[in-house]
Amino acid sequence: MAALARLELTDEELDRFTGQLDELLDHVAEVEALDVEGLPPTMHALPIANLLRPDTPGEVLDRDEVLSQAPVAENGQFRVPPILGEAP
Amino acid sequence: MSAVEIAAAVRSGQQSARSAVEECLSVIEEGDAEVHAFNLVTAAQARTRADEIDAAVADGRDPGPLAGVPVALKDNLCTRGVPTTCSSRILEGWEPPYDATVVEKLHNAGAIVVGKTNMDEFAMGSSTENSAFGPTRNPCDPNRVPGGSSGGSAAAVAAGFASIALGSDTGGSIRQPAALCGVVGVKPTYGLVSRFGLVAFASSLDQIGPFTTTVADSAAVLDVISGPDHRDSTSIRDSLPPVTDTLDDGVDGLRVGVLAELSGDGIAPDVSARLRAAIDALESAGARVAEASVPAAVFGLSAYYLIAPAEASSNLARYDGVRYGLRMDASNTPDMNTATRSAGFGDEVKRRIMIGTYALSAGYYDAYYGKAQKVRTLIINDFASVWEQFDLLVSPTSPTTAFSLGERTADPMAMYMSDVCTVPVNLTGQTAMSVPYGVGDDGLPVGVQVMAPALGESVMFRAAAVLEASLR
Repeated sequence: MAALARLELTDEELDRFTGQLDELLDHVAEVEALDVEGLPPTMHALPIANLLRPDTPGEVLDRDEVLSQAPVAENGQFRVPPILGEAP
Repeated sequence: MSAVEIAAAVRSGQQSARSAVEECLSVIEEGDAEVHAFNLVTAAQARTRADEIDAAVADGRDPGPLAGVPVALKDNLCTRGVPTTCSSRILEGWEPPYDATVVEKLHNAGAIVVGKTNMDEFAMGSSTENSAFGPTRNPCDPNRVPGGSSGGSAAAVAAGFASIALGSDTGGSIRQPAALCGVVGVKPTYGLVSRFGLVAFASSLDQIGPFTTTVADSAAVLDVISGPDHRDSTSIRDSLPPVTDTLDDGVDGLRVGVLAELSGDGIAPDVSARLRAAIDALESAGARVAEASVPAAVFGLSAYYLIAPAEASSNLARYDGVRYGLRMDASNTPDMNTATRSAGFGDEVKRRIMIGTYALSAGYYDAYYGKAQKVRTLIINDFASVWEQFDLLVSPTSPTTAFSLGERTADPMAMYMSDVCTVPVNLTGQTAMSVPYGVGDDGLPVGVQVMAPALGESVMFRAAAVLEASLR
């Protein structure tokens, strides 16, 4: 699960979390026993549909201001390490 | 002075906004080293803004309904150019390129931001101990927690560091700390307050709301921050009539239900005694009180601790070291993502991301997330039948008064139980608030939760005002 979520855990964390998560899963297992056959899953708590605005260009964020917050930016773009394989 | 009184004094020129701000800053200076309500105090910006308000008053321009009122913002509300950390290392140093809608609205109403408040990391917690920057202490007793996750905001108002504060409430994160610190805290109806600029935790549950010392102040803040916003696609299209207008209408003839499933087992006897006193006060004011039952409410906590982590695991996927905040170096991007997230997130966030990832994973989706969403429907249906018989429901806000620092940190399940009274309302989208109602055997504050149907804020505030008045 940790790998799926892009987390790397130490052995100590793994030991501790496993017990804690088991306890939670035992508790929430009570929902499995409930008969909810035929009930639809809740997609939205209130009966309102998506609010849509007219599809016209509006204000946008300033590119330089956005990129100023990036760990590394270059030529108006976010820069990341190689996506496939190692750096040359 | 209450927020409403400060605004009246500033608007009429009797008091300057600058002096209101200076007073708060000096109380912060004196007390926050112990309480640690703030991650950041924005003294310079607050003084500049106060002088602008005073200039507006001098020129005869309308300075807004909350003119000169010092406000503290939970540190998951985006403030342009001002660090917004969610009390997480992963966002340390990030300065958002925009203001949240609620921040804009408060600013335009004349309120003055004095700082960003501490919280459980990404709003995951019930004690404000899950902060990367250290815990906040309860101003009523520094050995106790202020509750959470908006503990810094609750403590700031309780300690007099700000007249009003904003928090966010996903499973009780406004109401529970309000109860534990002895202030008023409101979770508005889902969609009533725009969440544009609120860092997302669990998007089907999150709502922004106020902390104040009086019911009238919360009404005034809600009237300012509520309303439709095209930048939030879950925002309710219609505006609510001002809550302030009907605040003094009383509860004569209203049908009030005592929610049995949230008021019996597991509630401390001194908390139950205060609820009983509150019920008597409502009855004396003319309300008709009876027991109400929402059988499925007992499954609220289980449904919540599947749904909220599932949504969180998806929302927090964006913290990948690419666009903002922390980046740990690695030779390729997937390793950089993993190294950044492992170093930047704290224990509770990691736990919830893993629960959520599990509940959504192939083979388990139907058994966990899918089932929880159906249980949510069951809870919504049960509440709907209760609203045919009642105008309001009451329960304790928290099963106990404030617990000791460190008491529940090693036992996540015990911490999660703190939310048992507050989570059902997030699942249903309804509104609820916590009203301080005296103290328990340990002398610490007790809060009573008043719940109303979706968009029932007016009636809920009327009951809150009656409770407040009954203590005078």
